Amino acid sequence: MPVSTSKYRYVDCDPDLCIGCQICEYVCSYTKTGEYNTYRSRIRTVRVDEVLITAIACRTCENAPCVIACPQNALEQDPDTGIIHIDNQKCDACAWCIEACDFGAISINPATKLAEICDQCEDLEEGPQCVLWCPKEALSLTTPDQRAQKSRRELVKEEVVGPKK
Amino acid sequence: MFGYYGKILHIDLTERKHWVEEKPEDWYKIWIGGVSMASRLCWENITPGCDPYSPENPVCIANGIFAGTPVPVGGKYGLASKSPMTNFIGDSLSGSWFSVALKRTGWDGVVIHGASDEWVNIFIDDERVEFRDATKLLGLDTFKTEEAIREQLADDQVRSATIGPSGEHMVRFANVTNDGRQAGRTGHGAIWGSKKLKAVSVRGTQGIKVADPDTLNKLSFNITKEAQGPHTSKYRILGTSTNVLNMNKLGLLPTRNYQEGVFEDAEKVSGEFLHEHHKVKTIACAQCPIACEQMSIAKKGPFTGAMTGIEYECLFANGPNLGINDMNAVIRLIEVADRSGMDAITMGLTISWAMETFEKGIFTREDFKSEKHPDGLDLRFGNGEAAVAVAEMIRDREGIGQILSEGTRMASLIIDDQRNTETWKWTMQAKGLETAGYDGRGLKTFALGSAVGVRGPCHNRTAAYDPDIQGEVDRFKVDDRRGELAKDTEEYAAVYDTLPLCKFIRRCFTGKADRAGAWPTIAQLVNATTGWNLQYEDIDLIGERAHAMKKAFNIREGWKRADDDLPYRWKHDPMTKGPSAGHVVTDEELEYMKDLYYIAKGWTPDGMIPKQKLQDLGMPDVAEAIGV
Repeated sequence: MPVSTSKYRYVDCDPDLCIGCQICEYVCSYTKTGEYNTYRSRIRTVRVDEVLITAIACRTCENAPCVIACPQNALEQDPDTGIIHIDNQKCDACAWCIEACDFGAISINPATKLAEICDQCEDLEEGPQCVLWCPKEALSLTTPDQRAQKSRRELVKEEVVGPKK
Repeated sequence: MFGYYGKILHIDLTERKHWVEEKPEDWYKIWIGGVSMASRLCWENITPGCDPYSPENPVCIANGIFAGTPVPVGGKYGLASKSPMTNFIGDSLSGSWFSVALKRTGWDGVVIHGASDEWVNIFIDDERVEFRDATKLLGLDTFKTEEAIREQLADDQVRSATIGPSGEHMVRFANVTNDGRQAGRTGHGAIWGSKKLKAVSVRGTQGIKVADPDTLNKLSFNITKEAQGPHTSKYRILGTSTNVLNMNKLGLLPTRNYQEGVFEDAEKVSGEFLHEHHKVKTIACAQCPIACEQMSIAKKGPFTGAMTGIEYECLFANGPNLGINDMNAVIRLIEVADRSGMDAITMGLTISWAMETFEKGIFTREDFKSEKHPDGLDLRFGNGEAAVAVAEMIRDREGIGQILSEGTRMASLIIDDQRNTETWKWTMQAKGLETAGYDGRGLKTFALGSAVGVRGPCHNRTAAYDPDIQGEVDRFKVDDRRGELAKDTEEYAAVYDTLPLCKFIRRCFTGKADRAGAWPTIAQLVNATTGWNLQYEDIDLIGERAHAMKKAFNIREGWKRADDDLPYRWKHDPMTKGPSAGHVVTDEELEYMKDLYYIAKGWTPDGMIPKQKLQDLGMPDVAEAIGV
C-alpha cells in the first residue's frame, strides 16, 4: 500500500475492527448531501474478501499529488490541517486529481460535476461524523505518527502480554 | 411519498420484457415490505395451484422500509414464491448490500415471471433492465458468481443475489445468496434454477430521502450505540452458536437425527470452542452495528482452509445432529452448503436421516458410491469425511445425491417405495420443511408454533420457545395458554420480518424486547422515514396482517387442518437421555393446542379465516377469495 508521510491528521480505519457495515458511508453522504447514498460518500469501505475489509478516506499527504496534478489550480491544501479544499469555480471535473491519488480518495459528483474529498467535517464542532458513528471504533482521526505508536503498543501487548481476549 | 417510490418492477423472462406497476401509498401502509409485501406480491401474481417449478410461479422480491438509511439492521429484503418443498408459501429474508443497492434503484419490489430458455443474469441498473447472458457464470459458487459479475460490469458497488451449483442442479432445498447472506429456507434456489435465472444484479445510484432525517438520525445513533452494550453481547462475541451448550444443558440439542437431546461431545462443537480455536473475524451485514457473523476456519485435517460464517442452526444440523465432534468437518460441511447455495439446515437433516437409515441397515456402503468414492461410504453417525462426501454428492446430484437432493420428505417416499420400508418415520420435517435446532418434545409451546408454521416449522417465524425456555410455562406440559402464546410470538416475529429489522436488535430500543419495549420506538422509526403517523396498535397490525396474508396464500393452495403437524418422531419416540427424556407431543396434546391456537387467531375450528376477520384487517379481496 502506498504510504502517506504526512504530519497531518486523517481518518484512519483499523481493518481488524472494521465489520464492513458501511454506516460511515450513510452518515457521510447524509452530512454532505442531505441524502443517504454510498455513491456520494467521501469515505469508502473496501471489501476484498469475506474478512479483509477496511475504509479509506483522504490521507492528507504532504505535498499532495492531487493538488500538484490539478491543471486548473482548483485544489489547495490547508497548511495547518492538510485538508484539501476544492474551488468549485475552478474545478472542471477533468479527474486528474483522481488519477493522482494513490488512495482512491477523490470522486467526481456526476450531478454537480465537481470533485469531492473528505474535509474531516471541519465545519462541525463534533468533528468527522463517520468517526462519531462508527459502531466498532474502527475509525479514528489520527496522524501517521500516532498510528505507528498505536501499532507498536498493540504489537507489544499482543506478543509480550499475549493475545487480546 | 417518503420511504417508497410507489413502483414495482415486473420482469418476464419468457418474453424478455419488463413493465412498471404503480402502487398507491395505501397499499404500502397495509403491506409495508419484507416478507409481508413479498407474500402479497405472490398472492397477486401467482397462478393458484401451479407447480412450483413452472413459469407460473413468480419470484417476488420486496425491499425493506429502512434499507439504505442508517436505521440499524434495517438493510433486509423479503423473497417469496410457492415453495417446492412445502407447496405452500415460501417466504425468506436476507440481509445486506443487495437490499441497500436495490433501494437506490428506485424500485420497491421486483416480480420475475416466466422462465428463460438460456441461463440469464438480470441486471437492474437504476431504471434500466438488462438481460445478460449467464453462461460464463455457470458452475461458479455463490461468492465467485458475485465477484465475476462485479468484474464483468467493472463496478464494485454492483450487488447480486445468486444461485450456486445446487440451484443450477435444482437441489430442492437450494437457496438464494447475496453478500454471503442467504434467503435460506424453502427452496428459492431451485425455483431460480427452474427459470434458468442465475443471478439478479442491482446498481442503484439514487440518494434516499426520508421524511424527518433529524429524528431518524438521532434515533438511529442512539440504537447504534446501545447495540454495543450488553443487549447484544451474545451475538457479538460468540454469536448464536453459544446455544449449543445452552440447548445441551436443557436436553434439547438435536443429536444423531434427533434420537437424543444431549450430545456427549457438545463442548467440542460449541460456540465457545469455535471462538477459541477457529474464529477469524466477526463481520456484519450492511447497515448493521452489531456484527454477529463469526467467520471461522478449519485448521486441521483434510478440510484445512475451509472457511465460512457459523451460526447455531447450521452448527447443530451439521455437528451434534450428525454425531460429528470435529469442528473442522463441521466448518467444511457448512462451507459446502454456503458456497454451493443450499439450506444448511435441511442439508444436515437430510444427511442425518441418511445416516440413521444407514445404521439401521437399509442403506449400505453400495448406496454411497461415487466417482471419488468407488467403494462407497461408511455413513455412520460421527463420520465427518463421509458426511462431507455426501454433501458434495447432493450438491452435484451425483449417485444417491439425486434422491437426497429432494430433501427428507421426498427422499423417504422414494426409498420407502423402492424398498418397502418406513424410513419416513425418521424424517425430521413437517409440511416438507426440516425442523429447527430446538427439540419440540421438551418445548411444547414451540412444538405448537412449529406445527402451525405457515412456511413449515421454523425458529425464525415463531419465537414460541421463549415462554418455554424462560420458564413462563411448564415446557413439558400443555395448558390453555399455549394458543395465545403461539399467536403472540409468531405475530411478534412477523413485525420484524415485515419491516424488516433483524431480531437481534430487539432489546436495544429500551432494554426490553416485548411489545411495550419495542413498538413505540419502531413506530417512531417508521414515521420518521415515511411521514406517517403509526401508533402502537398499528405496529401490532403489521404482524397480524403479514401472517394472515401468508396463511391465506396457503388456504388458496389447498391447506387443510391436518397439514399443521409435527415430525413422527416428536409425536412417538421419546428421548432416552438428559433432562428432556421420556417426553413426546401426543396427538391429543397437539390437536388440543391447535384448537386453542385457531381460537386465539379468531379462525374457525378447521383453521379457516372468517370473511369478517379479513375485512377487519383491511384485506377485502382476500376475504372474497378464501374467507368463510
